[in-house]
Amino acid sequence: MLRQLTLKDHLFEYHLFSNRAIILLVLCGVLSLVLFARLFFLQVVAHDHFTTLSDDNRVKLQAIAPNRGLIYDRNGILLADNLPSYRLEITAEQVDDMPSTLTALEEIIEIGEADRSRFEKLLGRKPRFEAVPLRFHLSDEEVARFSVNRHRFPGVDIKAGLARHYPLGSLAVHALGYVGRIDEQALKNLDSSNYNGTSYIGKTGVEKTYEALLHGTVGVQQVETTAQGRVLRVLDRKPPVPGENLYLTLDSRLQAVAEQALADYSGSAIALDPKSGDVLALVSQPTYDPNPFVNGIDYADYKALRDNEKQPLFNRALRGQYPPGSTVKPFIGLAGLEEGITSSHSSTYCPGFYTLPGSSRKYRDWKRGGHGTVDLNKAITQSCDVYFYDLALSLGIDRMHDYLQHFGFGSRTGIDIVGELPGLLPSPAWKRQRRGEPWFPGETIITGIGQGFFLVTPLQLATATATLANHGRRMRPSIIHATQDPGSDALQPHRPETIESVSIHHPENWDIVIQSMIDVVHSARGTARKIGIGSPYRIAGKTGTAQVFGLKEEEKYDAEAIAEKLRDHALFIAFAPVDDPQIVVAVIVENGGGGSSTAAPIASKILDGYLLDKPL
Amino acid sequence: MSTLLSNNREDASQGGWQHRLHIDAPLLLALLGVSVLGLIILYSAGGEDVALVERQMLRLALAFATMIAVAQIPPALLLRFTPWVFAAGILLLLAVLVGGEASGGARRWLDLYIVRFQPSEMMKLAVPMMVAWYLADVRLPPNRFQLITGGVLIAVPMLMIAKQPDLGTALLIASAGFFVLFLAGLQWRLLIFLTGLATATAPLLWHFMHEYQRQRVITFLNPENDPLGAGYHIIQSKIAIGSGGLYGKGWLNGTQSQLDFLPERSTDFIFAVLGEEFGFIGILGLFAFYVFIVVRGILIAIQAQDTYTRLLAGSLAMTFFVYIIVNTGMVTGLLPVVGLPLPMISYGGTSIVTLMASFGILMSIHTHRKLLPA
Repeated sequence: MLRQLTLKDHLFEYHLFSNRAIILLVLCGVLSLVLFARLFFLQVVAHDHFTTLSDDNRVKLQAIAPNRGLIYDRNGILLADNLPSYRLEITAEQVDDMPSTLTALEEIIEIGEADRSRFEKLLGRKPRFEAVPLRFHLSDEEVARFSVNRHRFPGVDIKAGLARHYPLGSLAVHALGYVGRIDEQALKNLDSSNYNGTSYIGKTGVEKTYEALLHGTVGVQQVETTAQGRVLRVLDRKPPVPGENLYLTLDSRLQAVAEQALADYSGSAIALDPKSGDVLALVSQPTYDPNPFVNGIDYADYKALRDNEKQPLFNRALRGQYPPGSTVKPFIGLAGLEEGITSSHSSTYCPGFYTLPGSSRKYRDWKRGGHGTVDLNKAITQSCDVYFYDLALSLGIDRMHDYLQHFGFGSRTGIDIVGELPGLLPSPAWKRQRRGEPWFPGETIITGIGQGFFLVTPLQLATATATLANHGRRMRPSIIHATQDPGSDALQPHRPETIESVSIHHPENWDIVIQSMIDVVHSARGTARKIGIGSPYRIAGKTGTAQVFGLKEEEKYDAEAIAEKLRDHALFIAFAPVDDPQIVVAVIVENGGGGSSTAAPIASKILDGYLLDKPL
Repeated sequence: MSTLLSNNREDASQGGWQHRLHIDAPLLLALLGVSVLGLIILYSAGGEDVALVERQMLRLALAFATMIAVAQIPPALLLRFTPWVFAAGILLLLAVLVGGEASGGARRWLDLYIVRFQPSEMMKLAVPMMVAWYLADVRLPPNRFQLITGGVLIAVPMLMIAKQPDLGTALLIASAGFFVLFLAGLQWRLLIFLTGLATATAPLLWHFMHEYQRQRVITFLNPENDPLGAGYHIIQSKIAIGSGGLYGKGWLNGTQSQLDFLPERSTDFIFAVLGEEFGFIGILGLFAFYVFIVVRGILIAIQAQDTYTRLLAGSLAMTFFVYIIVNTGMVTGLLPVVGLPLPMISYGGTSIVTLMASFGILMSIHTHRKLLPA
């Protein structure tokens, strides 16, 4: 078909075209209506839904960490506070050349390998506009040096925050504990929403036990952010509730006296107020400074502490388990009196050793020649072992276990510091269960002088002594004196808590035992007579010496000949003044030798420190 | 409105200046109106960047100048040059495929040393011109042979552009060509047959699609599938539009757009900014202009005096509508994401110049009619 021959019907084509054009216009109309229906659905029908989504997009919640409660001693001396701490932060998006910036920074501020690697790890995780910390705890000098050079470092800034600080350093660290940076592990066990924004958490001691009180309640602010998370403005703010301040029962002055009294010895000393159970001093030597732990201690420093032979990180006061030795004798004596096995008049002959009926094995007395005829008073005053071998055998392990249990041996005291251990009060049932062996009579005998399986913690020994001083009334030891809401300033005193008392049938037996303990200090032959000389108040006490390793039957203990590590532990328990006991002290000196020579003088210094207000 | 829309001989003689300057005043005013609205939205979408708005104004000025210049070319001249323009376009497309400049994984540009040139833009005009040229002298409706020839004239450049790949432009060119055939009287039976064929070959098309194009289809079918990846655009634009409500959050107050949640907010997704800040009412306002322009274009086509100008004008007006409906359909989640801008509003693109050139052709067609004395 050739074009030239085609006849065009113009009118027909005009109508055809107009038709088609109108059809297209209708199509446009229909499509527009579909679009408007869609828009109507989005903007009118589902408007609320999308408004919610839009707000979810732009409004984010930000946590504001509360200020941690302060810790004071009972006299209001500050033990833990929050100090402004300066950290160096870098905002990546404002830095042109990160490596050269870091190199230049190193010239004015010390940046460790650990700082650098943590910084680089964080840098990869955080958005570029967010500041990432490079160094914590800048010294004043470093802050000053950086401030002068600030213009050279765009994107690098110093931020102030609050960091825990322990102004008295190592003092009472084993009671107080410390805070550290929260790790992922800790976050799992927490109400993590309340810890949004918090960087520190109690790791040990009171800081850990009272974490919930000290921490406070997180605050929240609603902020409007961009899609990248940059904060534009604060829409709403609910301020955080600061943590409560704590007043501890500790007397920091007495604590210092006690720590100095123990000096270079490893060991522990506990001072309690027997009436309330207040812990006046809680010493575990050696100590360490908690401050480096707050922002993460250097690995080398930590390793030095961890590998130190004297184990400064070990909390001996709560977790050290020692044989009580002769300090247990007043308690056994009381059991003997109550059970009518012995009386203040009956006596036993001590030839310097003891043998079980039908056996030739000799159980030695510490005094080679023996004490001769001894009654209960003399047996406690001079710490005769043979008397107690005999008494223990007569009582039997079960009755002995019963009485000692009432004083709290073998179970945790329930003090409000985490990590306490229960010690060990042996019984035939325990031995069968744990060791699968029967109980032997010889084990009963040595339990009577606090040896064998028997283990106590220094705190247990102190609370048992307090029970003795109280004539059976038992107070739960406590480290909290009062709490304080920082908003109101009002002190909320902590109520002393009594626990099941030790009740005996013949209350005069308390006096018999206590009199013999007074004689330990104040009689001519008492094992601790040296500390009684010239004392302006009267002390009731008992010395103890715990064997670290067993001597053979005929061997003689020679302190000079054996290594210090294997020397006996020295113990002393005491309370004073005897008429109205104000303070109870228990001292354990590891490898200290004899209770009378080493432990009693230390206890005496603590008693003086408290009762005479005498500085060391 | 009635005086703007009606344009009989009395009007033409009254508006003699329009004829002399070859300008259609109603169309010009509507285009200016959309442009002003576009600049207002762009100021907000671009984060109150004055320089950005200035650049867009410059581009618009160039586009309007192009429109007026094109309007001076008589349709007869256009008709004569059509085959040459088309042939040149095909050659340039070939050049792009062989040695084009790659940008963002696609070869679309031709570096002419002075300017970077996108031959596919030229084809947006050349293809409907060519098909209209081919059908100018035949007896309508076209017979089967003529339809196949027309189909080949559309398919060749379309496939070349799809290969770059530039799916959006390929789609526009296909639809521009299709509208010429439809307006020429494409038989309904054939249309139904072709629709069926297209549906049947859709899986085949899937096979030839690029990975990112397939991803777009998947995302369109289920945007929540990948809310932070490919689905993010659509989810955020729906939130923007939906949260705008009936009256909008107010100019410069759209949180989705001002706080960066909405991606591509000054280019392909600028419609969502309009929806968020001016609401349903604001969108209706914009559509009043758009609908006016499309209707005006169709009327010009109906009043055109020969087959070539008639078909070309109708196709160009409809292409403008395709732009609008594809972009808004995409932003509202009705259609898959196809990279087409919202005409006259979206920032940038050489497409605005091409678009205005097409309005220049419409104006030329309307003002070069032979007017009979009253």
